[in-house]
Amino acid sequence: MLWSTVLLALRELKRNVMRSILTILGIVIGVGAVITMVTIGGGATVQVRQQIASMGSNLLMVSPGKRLGPGQSSGNIPFKQADAEAIAREVSSVAAVAPVSSQSIQAVFGNQNWSTQVTGSDNKYFRVTNRSIRSGRQFSDSELRAGAAVCIVGETVRKKLFGGQDPLGEKIRLQKLSCEVIGLLEGKGQSTMGMDQDDIVVIPLSTYQRRISGNQDVAIIQVSVRDGAPTDKAQRDIQLLMRERRHLSSNDDDNFNVMDMKEIAKMLTGTTQLLTALLSAVAAVSLLVGGIGIMNIMLVSVTERTREIGIRLAIGAFEREVLMQFLVEAVVLSSFGGLIGIVLALTASVWLAGMLRVPFVFNAGIVVIAFLFSAAVGVIFGYFPALKAARLDPIEALRYE
Amino acid sequence: MIAFSHTDNQPLIELQGVTKVYGTGQAAMHALRGIDLYIEEGDFVAVMGPSGSGKSTCMNILGCLDTPTAGAYKFKGIEVGKLTRNQRTRLRRYYLGFVFQGYNLLNRTSALENVELPLIYRGVPAGVRRSRALETLETVGLKGWESHTPGELSGGQQQRVAIARAIVTDPAVLFADEPTGNLDTARSREIMDLLTGLNRDRRITIVMVTHERDMAAYAKRIVRFLDGVVESDGQNGRAT
Repeated sequence: MLWSTVLLALRELKRNVMRSILTILGIVIGVGAVITMVTIGGGATVQVRQQIASMGSNLLMVSPGKRLGPGQSSGNIPFKQADAEAIAREVSSVAAVAPVSSQSIQAVFGNQNWSTQVTGSDNKYFRVTNRSIRSGRQFSDSELRAGAAVCIVGETVRKKLFGGQDPLGEKIRLQKLSCEVIGLLEGKGQSTMGMDQDDIVVIPLSTYQRRISGNQDVAIIQVSVRDGAPTDKAQRDIQLLMRERRHLSSNDDDNFNVMDMKEIAKMLTGTTQLLTALLSAVAAVSLLVGGIGIMNIMLVSVTERTREIGIRLAIGAFEREVLMQFLVEAVVLSSFGGLIGIVLALTASVWLAGMLRVPFVFNAGIVVIAFLFSAAVGVIFGYFPALKAARLDPIEALRYE
Repeated sequence: MIAFSHTDNQPLIELQGVTKVYGTGQAAMHALRGIDLYIEEGDFVAVMGPSGSGKSTCMNILGCLDTPTAGAYKFKGIEVGKLTRNQRTRLRRYYLGFVFQGYNLLNRTSALENVELPLIYRGVPAGVRRSRALETLETVGLKGWESHTPGELSGGQQQRVAIARAIVTDPAVLFADEPTGNLDTARSREIMDLLTGLNRDRRITIVMVTHERDMAAYAKRIVRFLDGVVESDGQNGRAT
């Protein structure tokens, strides 16, 4: 009996292809959206974690202002190079300290130009950020002291400005500064915030201050803590040192921030997770709307098919057989829709992950949940109209036009 | 007004004092006011009467689609009024066939699949189902039209499909409610010839509601309804 009912249901679906497609469309989109959002969101979170891990857990960032991020007030006293030197000198557990200032500038070579991040720092910068020189050399001490017009470029900048040509010894122009390329950085890929870390030109800090920014400020001090030394101790030492250097009395708040990677990681993953949750909520709404679509179509089709139900009842179909038929139709439709949605979502996720350069993280949980939801929608919204239909008086149903 | 047609011990259909009332109180409508009717196996009965005479109500009760308010309806000795809805369905499934005025075929469904439908509910295996449906379609003269949907068939052909669907299960009784109501004279005669043939050759008992004298003339016996009672009941002069 079950098999013959399934057969009837399948025949009925095949006979009404258009109606079937319209019914499952909502579920396809809903399931697809939910899975895609969660998968991409999960991938982004994983990527953030991986990149933070690759940066090393022993990195500290010292920045002026109370908090990193927007709302940073301009009244904060900026750091000077002396602050970085003081940290290197006074705090015993640090391995390297790099004062860093940067801004976006158009770099020009010949008739090529490319807007890139120009960073002023010293050789410690490469150590702190875990980067190495692929070809050429680091800055020499005299270049750093004198503010020489030399630069070390990242892989992206090389590609954009020089193409296949060897950049070493060539001169690129940054605003009014014409500087010689003395080194090429090893490629590092995309950063946590989705920024290309190879889209960079490093020049000596003194050059940056004199020729680009026109002041003696240092935007941020990056510190790497010696292996094995506790980060929190280094963090506290730096904090005390900076308070002293910035003449803060004991009841003043810090007007700078020492963050370790754990905090940065927490902040960044928190942001991605929040975004994922938000997007998933939007997608869940579309899944719900898809469910309501199924309910609508089921109700309409039962009304439309009242006469058919009458015929079936008259020629000897049991109430439960009519009920089963409609139920099977609904379940087949919605689980089929769910399956298509899953396939589409995984295809879209793989593609999107490639586009956004985040890892593709298969989340079996959300696939199962989305599928069960679509099947449940079919059962629930298919059951009640079907029950209504099956309970009809055959004579009444037959008379229905 | 009471008619005893046969004195057999076990008539196929037995109605004793059957009444049917729709609604209650002031609004109550007495569709049937005490019907006694006996139908033997192999009979071909035409039920006639003007609109509202109760002939369709009687037909629905006979077809186990409805139950009497009072009185007894025995089908093969079984008291139908005491059966549950599912038991009545079972009775329809195994013993009864229906032909309606409006054909009532499933749309967008081939003639073959329409005829197969009652066999599916009976759980007949696919191979047997198909061959029996094909055979029955041939019986009603629709060989070669198996894959056509109702929309692609004429009224007469649709009614033939409906008849094939009704008889594919070899029912004990075939109920036909105005089977020629939507057809022209020529087509009506073809359908009546078909029904007469089924009654004669396959010994299928037929109960047919009609208000056309010409069509009733094909039956062996004519029962006339008027205002919820049987007005007359007798052998048809032209009976074969």
